Amino acid sequence: MGTEEKQIKHAADHAAEGAGGGPILFFIIGLAIALGIGWIAFPKALYSQKQQPFDFSHSLHNGLVDNGCESCHFFREDGSYAGVPKLAQCIGCHEDVQGSTPEEKVFVEEYVKKGKEVPWLIYSRQPDCVFFSHAAHVKVAKMKCEECHGPIGESKNLKPYEQNRITGYSRDIWGQNIAGIKTHTYDRMKMDDCADCHKERGVKASSVQTERDACFVCHK
Amino acid sequence: MKIDRRSFLSLGVGFGAGIALSPLPWKLTDDSSIWTQMWPWTPVPERGESRYVNSVCTLCPGGCGISVRKVEDRAVKIEGQKGHPVSNGGICLLGLSGLQLLYGPYRVKYPMKRREDAKRGQGKWQKISWDEAMSEVAKKLGDAKDKTACIMDSDKGTVPQLFKTLLTGLGSPNFMRTPSVEDSFELALLKTCGYPASAGFDLENADFVLSFGAGLLEGWGAPVRTFKANSLWKDKKVPVIQIEPRLSNTAAKSDKWIPVNPGTESELALGIAHVLIKEGLAKAEVSDSFKKIVSEGYAPDTVARITGVEAGVIVGLAKSFAAASKPLALCGRGKGATPISLNETLAVYALNALMGNINQEGGLFAVPQPDYIKWAKTNSNASVSKLLYGKDASLKALLVANANPLYSLPDTQAVKTALDKIPFIVSFSSYMDETAQYADIILPNHCYLERYEDVPAPAGYHKPLIGLSRPVVKPQFNTKHTGDVVIAIAKAMGAELPYDSYETCLKETFGDTWEAFQKDGVLTADFTPPAPSGKIELNETSLKPVALEGESSAFPLVLVPFDSMRLSGSSIGEPPFVIKTVDDTILFKNDICIEINPKTAQSYNLSDGKYARLTTPKGSAKVRVHLYEGIMPGVIAMPRGLGHTPGFTGNDKYLAGKGVNVNELMGSAECPDGLNAAYGIRAKLERA
Repeated sequence: MGTEEKQIKHAADHAAEGAGGGPILFFIIGLAIALGIGWIAFPKALYSQKQQPFDFSHSLHNGLVDNGCESCHFFREDGSYAGVPKLAQCIGCHEDVQGSTPEEKVFVEEYVKKGKEVPWLIYSRQPDCVFFSHAAHVKVAKMKCEECHGPIGESKNLKPYEQNRITGYSRDIWGQNIAGIKTHTYDRMKMDDCADCHKERGVKASSVQTERDACFVCHK
Repeated sequence: MKIDRRSFLSLGVGFGAGIALSPLPWKLTDDSSIWTQMWPWTPVPERGESRYVNSVCTLCPGGCGISVRKVEDRAVKIEGQKGHPVSNGGICLLGLSGLQLLYGPYRVKYPMKRREDAKRGQGKWQKISWDEAMSEVAKKLGDAKDKTACIMDSDKGTVPQLFKTLLTGLGSPNFMRTPSVEDSFELALLKTCGYPASAGFDLENADFVLSFGAGLLEGWGAPVRTFKANSLWKDKKVPVIQIEPRLSNTAAKSDKWIPVNPGTESELALGIAHVLIKEGLAKAEVSDSFKKIVSEGYAPDTVARITGVEAGVIVGLAKSFAAASKPLALCGRGKGATPISLNETLAVYALNALMGNINQEGGLFAVPQPDYIKWAKTNSNASVSKLLYGKDASLKALLVANANPLYSLPDTQAVKTALDKIPFIVSFSSYMDETAQYADIILPNHCYLERYEDVPAPAGYHKPLIGLSRPVVKPQFNTKHTGDVVIAIAKAMGAELPYDSYETCLKETFGDTWEAFQKDGVLTADFTPPAPSGKIELNETSLKPVALEGESSAFPLVLVPFDSMRLSGSSIGEPPFVIKTVDDTILFKNDICIEINPKTAQSYNLSDGKYARLTTPKGSAKVRVHLYEGIMPGVIAMPRGLGHTPGFTGNDKYLAGKGVNVNELMGSAECPDGLNAAYGIRAKLERA
């Protein structure tokens, strides 16, 4: 190839680049793949799905008890919060099968009769480094359960428990929205969400000792 | 279109931008920070209902009340029990760390038998069933009959009584209690007051405290109570005078430290008694024989020569002691883990008697021995010195419970030799301690937080009191209450015992009072002590300082062990929490430090931090030098409570290989009344 020919070829290449926008195309392809990974594949891969030992209807039970949520999720005498009920609380009604649901049968036969606690997976369990007092929020600040936990009392089924493969905690802490965007107060349970509410309500003295907010109020 | 380097770069940039625009990096950052808080070895308390169970700590003779916080079935913290008569809400370092003894790796988890092919102490065990273990023990004891012996840390309470009953059934009188200052107190009180009694000190009400080497801040008596009393004395400006050769914590915190030649405390006490009698300062009468001995032989000048304390100081001490309205003289070296001579005990008793404070408020009480165990028909008592150190090699079986003679008795080698002569050794230890390792069979007891037990007569407490130690958690392993095991063995051998289980035995021993005992955790009784007779008879054959083992030409120095609040000195050894608090002037990395006066060190050309070889007639050890002005020249002080050799290697990094057991270097110096009153041993030092 002569010098002239070379020059012509070079010019043609330039023309092709200008017209097709190769780098831009590749940029867009890279961007699209990454966005796909980040927004779709990553959340799928991050969480594993686990089923509860058996299904449970909050709405059914809510209709049968007198004292709303606190009938089962009660405060102990010393003011500490009992959390998810133990067998001892259920046994009052479920010593024998009451209704006709297969779930109740599983419960009575596999757990009640064998005296085995149900290994419930707890959606709202905070990391071990978090100290949270239900009494301060429910008894003192008169907050409703729904503000943090949502309308779980109306649910007919238990949703699958999504466990973060890295931290081992429930997806409900970060929230369903992978970007962390929330529409309800109960969509997320991260520290920022605690702070949002505290800020909104002007809670500035969480610590009885120091009369102000401080790390150690929640991180013991 | 051509794919070139630029295309890949663009793809990479696009990918990077896409990732940055997705939640992935932010979410991953957040998750990984939470992940770092999730190390599986980070202890996280169980969730659940919390409650407290009150019990009594039995890790030392103090008998403090404890309150154990539990979350569900897990004990999570031991606290002091508020309102308990002995400790009232206080707790010591060891007591606080007790959960590490419950859940730690030193537990013996099931009955074990030494493997046929293994020698004692090799650590080769086979797991056996309780039935096998107990029938083997019953068979061996049946063969050994009256050649069976038992050693325990206490001879009071239902469990020691069960052992005594077992021995009596076998025709054996060989029940031994590990020696301690209690031996000296009990013997002295029996001789002076005429009834079996424990020594009690009304520390809280004294207004002048003269302590002859009692380690008030080193774990003497019931340590928590003594610490509290010490604080009370500081508040009330009660003078505390500490007499001992070493500047201990007690001496450092006292109002006045009087360094005395080691082993001459008894002479100093008699010198003070001399001044009290001669100057007419005595408020009560004592035996003429005592007065005669003291008046003739213990003038301040003479005593000054023996003790190294100036005559003027002795007179001054006597006068200020007599000027107080409720002066109290105390004795018992360090924690009181070793006996002192009978004469020393009597001399200190005499100071209290001369002030008329025997069985009086702020004084010394002869608290009658508890006698609530009506079913006990035993009178079995033998001395360690005769059975373990003596020439007698006729013992065929030894039962070891709540004791660790191979660690805690002086002259470890001699104890080992004695044990070697005994063909069958049974350990009831919950832990793989030194003696358990040397046993033929281990029948592990429940740990102290898993069992019922009556705990009579807390050390140094001035009123009759029984504490109830009760299960805080259910047994963690396949262990059995030693009380139940002894009952079963005794029954198998045909002994007459009215009970089938230890719990029934305990319940019925207390009869009508059981319910109140269960509820309160303590039982107290009123007692009206008889008026003291003033009878004090010194043993005239031993009226000279205890002679230490070893020739002074070959062993020019004197080695004295010392106690520390941070070393339990107990048979079990220090849990990790405790060992971590030990000063590096006591334990430097894994080396034991000895205290040596700079003057003495100079003559051996030793400087601080150098290694030396310390040799006594009994043994030798490599030690690290710690120069200390607070120890007399010519004397070397060595901490007691180190050098444990726990049995499960691999799990024992907190305890194994830490320093040297001072008992390996110690010997005995028996006073004529059978008490080993060795306060030290002669020693020599070489650079290493």
